[in-house]
Amino acid sequence: MHKNQSTELLFDLSRAGRRCHRLPASDVPAAPLKDLLPASALADAPPPLPEVGEIDLIRHYVNLSTRNMSIDTNFYPLGSCTMKYNPKRHERLSSLPGMADMHPLQSDESCQGMLALLFEMQNILGEIAGLDAVSLQPAAGAQGELTALLVAAAYFRDRGEKRTRVLIPDSAHGTNPASAAIAGFDAVSIKSTAKGLVDLEDLKSRLDARTAVFMITNPNTLGLFDDQIATITELIHQHGALVYLDGANMNAILGITRPGDFGVDMMHYNVHKTFTGPHGAGGPGSGPIAVRKQLAPFLPAPLVTRQGERYELDYDRPQSIGRVRSFFGNVGILVRGYCYIRTLGAAGLREVSENAVLNANYLLSRVKHVYEVPQGDRCMHEFVASARTLRRERKISAMDVAKRLLDYGYHAPTVYFPLVVPEAIMIEPTETESKETLDAFADTLLRIRDEDAGYLHDAPHTLTISRPDEVKAAKEPILRWKP
Amino acid sequence: MDPKDLRYAPSHEWSRLEGDVCTIGITKFACEQLTDVVYIELPDVGDHVFTGDSFGEIESVKAVSDLYSPVNGEVVAINKDLEEDPGIVAKDPYGKGWMVKIKVEPGSSLDKLMTLPQYEKQIASQDH
Repeated sequence: MHKNQSTELLFDLSRAGRRCHRLPASDVPAAPLKDLLPASALADAPPPLPEVGEIDLIRHYVNLSTRNMSIDTNFYPLGSCTMKYNPKRHERLSSLPGMADMHPLQSDESCQGMLALLFEMQNILGEIAGLDAVSLQPAAGAQGELTALLVAAAYFRDRGEKRTRVLIPDSAHGTNPASAAIAGFDAVSIKSTAKGLVDLEDLKSRLDARTAVFMITNPNTLGLFDDQIATITELIHQHGALVYLDGANMNAILGITRPGDFGVDMMHYNVHKTFTGPHGAGGPGSGPIAVRKQLAPFLPAPLVTRQGERYELDYDRPQSIGRVRSFFGNVGILVRGYCYIRTLGAAGLREVSENAVLNANYLLSRVKHVYEVPQGDRCMHEFVASARTLRRERKISAMDVAKRLLDYGYHAPTVYFPLVVPEAIMIEPTETESKETLDAFADTLLRIRDEDAGYLHDAPHTLTISRPDEVKAAKEPILRWKP
Repeated sequence: MDPKDLRYAPSHEWSRLEGDVCTIGITKFACEQLTDVVYIELPDVGDHVFTGDSFGEIESVKAVSDLYSPVNGEVVAINKDLEEDPGIVAKDPYGKGWMVKIKVEPGSSLDKLMTLPQYEKQIASQDH
C-alpha cells in the first residue's frame, strides 16, 4: 500500500480559496492596517500562504509521518545518540495541566511545585556528576559545552589569567572544537593511540600555561573508557587548567563512577539522551551543566534556590555570565528527565548503565568476526565496527550496509564517525532492547555481508527515496520553494 | 605527473619541487577515502603558509578535512578550476587536480617527506 496521497508540498496542493476553517466575522472594530503599522513595515501584498482543505492537510502530515522511522516503530542503534525507548508515562506526567499549562512569567509564589522539582533536579544532577552546582538552562548538549566554556573563560578572567587554548582529542564530537571556537578559544587537537585512548605524550607536549580547558568524552566516541583519566586530570590540574567532560556517553557510567570523582571540573548532560525525552530529528533537547564550587559564581542566572520552605529564582549573581536561554531552559524535557530519574532511583540508574554496556558487548560479540572492531573486543555502551575489509574485498562500504539496513526495518547506525576509524559503523543498542531484537539485528548485519555488492550499492530498495544525490544537495541546495 | 616523482606527507598531500616552486595536491588514496568532494577552500595568492599548518579545507559528503602544507612559503598560484568543479581532484589527483603552488625559500627541500614506496607502506598499514 502506497501512502502517497497529498504528500506533495502544501504549496503545490494549494488551491485559491480553500480553507480548513471559516472564522465568524470579528465583532471587534477593525482599523486599517496602515493606521496600525508604519509604511516601512508593510508589504505590498500578503504572503502567498498555501490554501488547503482540512482533509488534504491531515492526509499530508499523517501520510508523511508514516514514512518516518522512530524508536516507537523500529530499533534505532544510532551510535552516540542513545536512542533508548522513552516510556509513555513521562509524556503523560509532563502533560499534566499543572506542568504543561504554566506560564514562564508566573510569580515564584504561584509555581512553588515546579521550582521545587527544578531545585531537586539541580541537586540530583550534581550528585550523579559528583559536582557542586548545576545550571539547567542550556537547551541541548552543544549549548551546554559552550556555556561551560564561557563559564571557564569568566573564571580565568576573574583570576587575571590569559589562557587561550582548549585541547580536544581527535576522536571528539565535532561540537567540541566548534564550542571552543565560538567561546573565543583556539582548539588544539590531541592524538589518540592505536588503542583509541588519549595519547599521553601528545597531550603533555601540548599542555602549557596557555591551556584553559581539556575537553574529554569518557567513555569516548569509540565506546572505550579511558582508564588513564585520573592521570590525565591530574596533569591538567598541575598546569592550572580545567577538565571538561562531554557527557554524551553518560549512559555507560550512571551510578558506577562520577566525573567529579575522576577529576572533572565541569560537564554537561544530555537529559533527552541519557535520561528520557523524545529526541532525534532535532529535539527538543536539554543540556544542563554541572561544575565545581569555584566555578559556580559564573553559572548562568537564574538558579533555583531554597530559602527555608520557599523556592525562588535567584537572579542576584553578579559574576554570572548571564542568560544562555530564555526563561528556564527546556523545562518540559527537564520534567521528563526528573520523572525518569525518580522512577528508577539510584539502583535503577546503575542498572540502566549495566544493561546498556551488556547489550553493547553482546552485539559486539555477535558481529565482530565479520565487521572488525579495531579498538578491541570489549566496549562500554557502544562500539565502532569497521567495514574496511568488506570494502577492500567485496567493494561494500559502511554506507552500503547502513542503507541496506533501512530495507530490513532498522535505523542505520552512525557511519563514518569517529573519523579515526575507517569505514566506521558506530552501534549503540541501549539498555531498552531485548535479546531477541539484538539477535535479529545481528543476523541481519551478517546476512547483508553475503548479499550482492551491486544490489547493496543501490539500496535501499523499499523506501520512497533511495539514494539522494548528496553532492548536488550540498552544492546546489534548493532551500526555498518557488512557483 | 608521475607519482614516482612526488613526495608525500603523512596527512596524504603530495608535493613536487621544481626550482623554488612547490606544487601541492592530495593523493588518490585520500580522494578514495573522502568519497565525493563537494567543496574545496584554497588560500589567496600572496598568502604565506607554514609547514604543518592548514592552508585550506576539502569538504566531502562524509567530512570536512584540513589541507596541510608540507613547506613554508608564499602562495604564487591556486587552481581556480577546483572552485567550479572540485570533482577534478578525484578524477586526476596528480595532474589537473593540483591545488596550490608555493614559492619556497632558496635551499628548501622535501627530503623530510616520504617517497612513493614509503607512502605506500603507510597506507597499507592503515588500509582503509
